[in-house]
Amino acid sequence: MTRTRKPGVSRRATLAMMGAGALTFASPWLARAQAKTIKIGMPTILSGRVAQLGTSSRNAVMLEIEKVNAAGGLAGRQIEMVIRDSKGQPQEAARVARELVNTDGCEILIDAEASSGAFAVHEVARDLGVLCLHTNSETSALSADPKQHIPNAFRTARQGVHDSIVGGSYAAAIAKAKGLKKWATCSPDYAYGRDTTGEFVTYLKRFAPDIEIISESWPKLFQPDYTEVVTKILQAKPQALYSCLWGGDLTSYIDQANIYALFSQMEVFAVNMADYTALTVVKNLPKGIHSGNRYIKTYPATPENAAWGDAYKAKYNEYPTNWSWENATAIMLLAEASKKANSADGKKIAEAMRGLKIKSPFGADGTVTMRAEDQTLVGYAIGWGTTIPQEPYVPQVQAGDWKTIFELEAEWKKSKGYT
Amino acid sequence: MDLDALTGCLASSACLVTQTTSGFIIGMLLFLVAVGLTLIFGVLKVVNFSHGAFYMFGAYFAMTAYQLSGSFALAMLCGAAGTAILGLIFERVFMSRVYGADVLMQLLVCYAFVLIFDDVVRMIWGPEFKSMGMPAAFQVAPLFIAGGVVPPYYLLLIGVALAAAMILGLGLARTRIGKVIRAAAHNPGMVSALGINTGLIYGGVFALGGMLAGLAGALAAPVRSLTPGMGFSVLIESFIVTVIGGMGSILGALIGALLIGLIRSFGSLGFPLFTEGLMYLFMVIVLVSRPTGLFGKEVA
Repeated sequence: MTRTRKPGVSRRATLAMMGAGALTFASPWLARAQAKTIKIGMPTILSGRVAQLGTSSRNAVMLEIEKVNAAGGLAGRQIEMVIRDSKGQPQEAARVARELVNTDGCEILIDAEASSGAFAVHEVARDLGVLCLHTNSETSALSADPKQHIPNAFRTARQGVHDSIVGGSYAAAIAKAKGLKKWATCSPDYAYGRDTTGEFVTYLKRFAPDIEIISESWPKLFQPDYTEVVTKILQAKPQALYSCLWGGDLTSYIDQANIYALFSQMEVFAVNMADYTALTVVKNLPKGIHSGNRYIKTYPATPENAAWGDAYKAKYNEYPTNWSWENATAIMLLAEASKKANSADGKKIAEAMRGLKIKSPFGADGTVTMRAEDQTLVGYAIGWGTTIPQEPYVPQVQAGDWKTIFELEAEWKKSKGYT
Repeated sequence: MDLDALTGCLASSACLVTQTTSGFIIGMLLFLVAVGLTLIFGVLKVVNFSHGAFYMFGAYFAMTAYQLSGSFALAMLCGAAGTAILGLIFERVFMSRVYGADVLMQLLVCYAFVLIFDDVVRMIWGPEFKSMGMPAAFQVAPLFIAGGVVPPYYLLLIGVALAAAMILGLGLARTRIGKVIRAAAHNPGMVSALGINTGLIYGGVFALGGMLAGLAGALAAPVRSLTPGMGFSVLIESFIVTVIGGMGSILGALIGALLIGLIRSFGSLGFPLFTEGLMYLFMVIVLVSRPTGLFGKEVA
């Protein structure tokens, strides 16, 4: 005779139900314990060609979070980071951001996306009203365009228009000294590349009006081969070349342009060259490429900055990137604003953050400010110099002048109809 | 659109030489990847969507070999041989199981391996982009041919790719193994009945295809940045090449790849904002006028 299971509730099911019941009753206590910690969600790019930058963003955030947590967290609440990969796709970044808030219960977002994804995350922040810090997008419109303005979103990154003003005046001085009149541009074909190049050319021409752009190339982002672009520029025979290619695209471009001896035929201005990711990867770095500072531990030449760069290197065994300092700044600002507001509430932190000036290793004068009117970072170290193929890579950086930047930025905003 | 630049270039020998070689470089690397794809399809009747991974592995193998030994020739050899072995293992262990299966099943297996291979590269070499660097022997000034600029390294690259194309074409047409491969492509059942090990042929063809893609990766390593996922963009262009040239045709792959290369190099002068679009447009025209591709045979 086989034993059949009797109808009704089995012993095992009863036990399971009792267990579930016990958990339900216990969970208010659990929930209260969890509320002590505050979750911060962070979509970033952890795979694909930009993964290194995403990883360096995560590293910098974790480095700073450790310090904040050791000092008591955000208004007494320990921070727990929830970091997800967006694979660099805007729709994925938006989905991850939404999920982080709605499903994971994150109360603050660190948007460590490139510009393509940042605008998507920005819409999520607009929709959900959650405090959001854009840490990597340098497209000026994100904060300058009043249509994009929302009270809960801030940018702790540098801004394309600032770079262009400083780069334009630096390049114009060299153009005048060396008589460089014919220029070519070569930049990636997306929002950041188009905007930044346009702004650079505007300021270059403003400071040196007799300059002429004789050739433009717009390779697509992450294109594997630039040979056709390199040869096109060689045909045009410009005296100088501007490019805002970055990361692996820039190193590919340099390798491919090098064998055409392009760098010996024109002055090259590559705003994104002086970042350790590119500097340490290129094997035959041509001497004398003009570049804006991205992150370099020798500029600003302060003990604080050198110490921060070394601490990062000691922990992760590589140098920080441009994205690293921008993310670290986000955490530093969050901690200070929360201290000032004496709260971990997003709205109160946002209130405290507007106009907040903090001490920073990355400041031009040892401080950076979250400008109240458009909620974007100003006062960070910004300058241009020429590269050499070994450390310190950019031995002398000419600092940009923030007074000029502010004047021209205001003018630029007016011309765009933003103010 | 900038037709002046294009006509101006066509009128000057310097520009013609520079842009034509630039088109050949792009085309030749593309050919090496596409010919493997087309060969595998011709014989095994599977579309190997994971083919880009072999290009990627070729580049990484070459870089590592170059860093360890400092020899460029050895780096090329390691890139090609490493991917050949990898191709053989991949075919015998995984692909051979899905030959009779649904196309969707084959696609799924290949796509799974695109992701797996990318992650393997990430685990071994790390997520950041790498650069192999140009060997000292090729760090020389470019040559000037009729006023056009031609880097010596690219002459080598074109030469190696052309040699591979010729060996492959002659090998398939003239040698006994070539005949067996062609027979296996035509009627595998009959070949098998004649006592020939078709499994070995299949594995061999897959290894050969992988090797060619690996060689392309190794040749590209000194000038392109290496990153997990680098095979993907190359794969898409290779598909365009095989569609234009005709699936299964080696000559088609060669002509298709060179056409794509020339479209890119001259298109970037005349239609700087529509270079990518031109490639697809050309593909559409070929598909409409000759659905089997330029050199494809009618499917019986």
